[in-house]
Amino acid sequence: MDLTGKCAIVTGASRGIGRSCALSLAGAGASVVVNYSQNKAAAEEVKKTIEESGGSAVIFKADVSLYNECEGLIKCAIDHFKRIDILINNAGVTRDNLLARMKVEEWQEVIDVNLNGVYNCCKAVLRPLLKQKSGGRIINVASVAGLHGNIGQANYAAAKGGIIAFTKTMAKELGSRNITVNAVAPGFIETEMTDELSTAVREKIMERVALKRFGKPDDVAEVVTFLASSANYVTGQVIAVDGNLSM
Amino acid sequence: MSIESKVKNIISEQLEVSIDKLSPDTTFEDIDADSLDIVELVMALEEEFDMEISDQEIENIKSVGDVIKYIESKV
Repeated sequence: MDLTGKCAIVTGASRGIGRSCALSLAGAGASVVVNYSQNKAAAEEVKKTIEESGGSAVIFKADVSLYNECEGLIKCAIDHFKRIDILINNAGVTRDNLLARMKVEEWQEVIDVNLNGVYNCCKAVLRPLLKQKSGGRIINVASVAGLHGNIGQANYAAAKGGIIAFTKTMAKELGSRNITVNAVAPGFIETEMTDELSTAVREKIMERVALKRFGKPDDVAEVVTFLASSANYVTGQVIAVDGNLSM
Repeated sequence: MSIESKVKNIISEQLEVSIDKLSPDTTFEDIDADSLDIVELVMALEEEFDMEISDQEIENIKSVGDVIKYIESKV
């Protein structure tokens, strides 16, 4: 998995799965744009870790729900690294609630960041990617919730399901330009996002995981890096990284 | 450089066809351009002539001559 000379953008890269993806892509030789929305200190830490292992990285603050900030993010990659090869759409939020209690703001925010954010970044990256005429890799981080649904996550599941359909469509539209578009669907991964769940809920989920452990961000990053590098003939796919979680 | 030769240069470069194969009557179908080729061409034209071309206007562009006429009417 050699990405020497390539440039990757990872959204939501300061923590969790995004952070692991940034480190893994950098480990394979890519220069990385570490996007964050709030936690600058954590983003700096990711950049530092990459640089200490001999890689190159830059941090960039952007709220992916805003198109002009996504344009800025793409421009940052080109300004610093003169090219763009890989986009990892990872930034996401949860506002869990049963639909009966879900406020319109909770619905809207999750759609804005998780789904519109993917549109914004893909749209903004397309012009430079097509102009470069050297193909490209787009990997969207969906979720098993988007494949099967999940109680309390109507907003999140809808956004993630939308990402999956978007991924399949982009793969068709861009295949002739050698731009592959795939998604990963993580299951229960130990991050700050899943830390919020109670012990009882965690135990219940664990019973349904064939591999009998929760996933780690690195488990997802491995698959993302594979899709970004040696998966030359794979596009329009959704790979569940969930230890075989039955929903 | 005239608009016509500028346009022909851009089309030739974007769609990888030799410039002597391009006459005003050449349609994009003739040179096997698909819908994404047209989008890429429009992006290049927008950049070169610093303008925005609407989706509706793109629909009416079928040949090299259409592009030349369109650009001439706008600049």
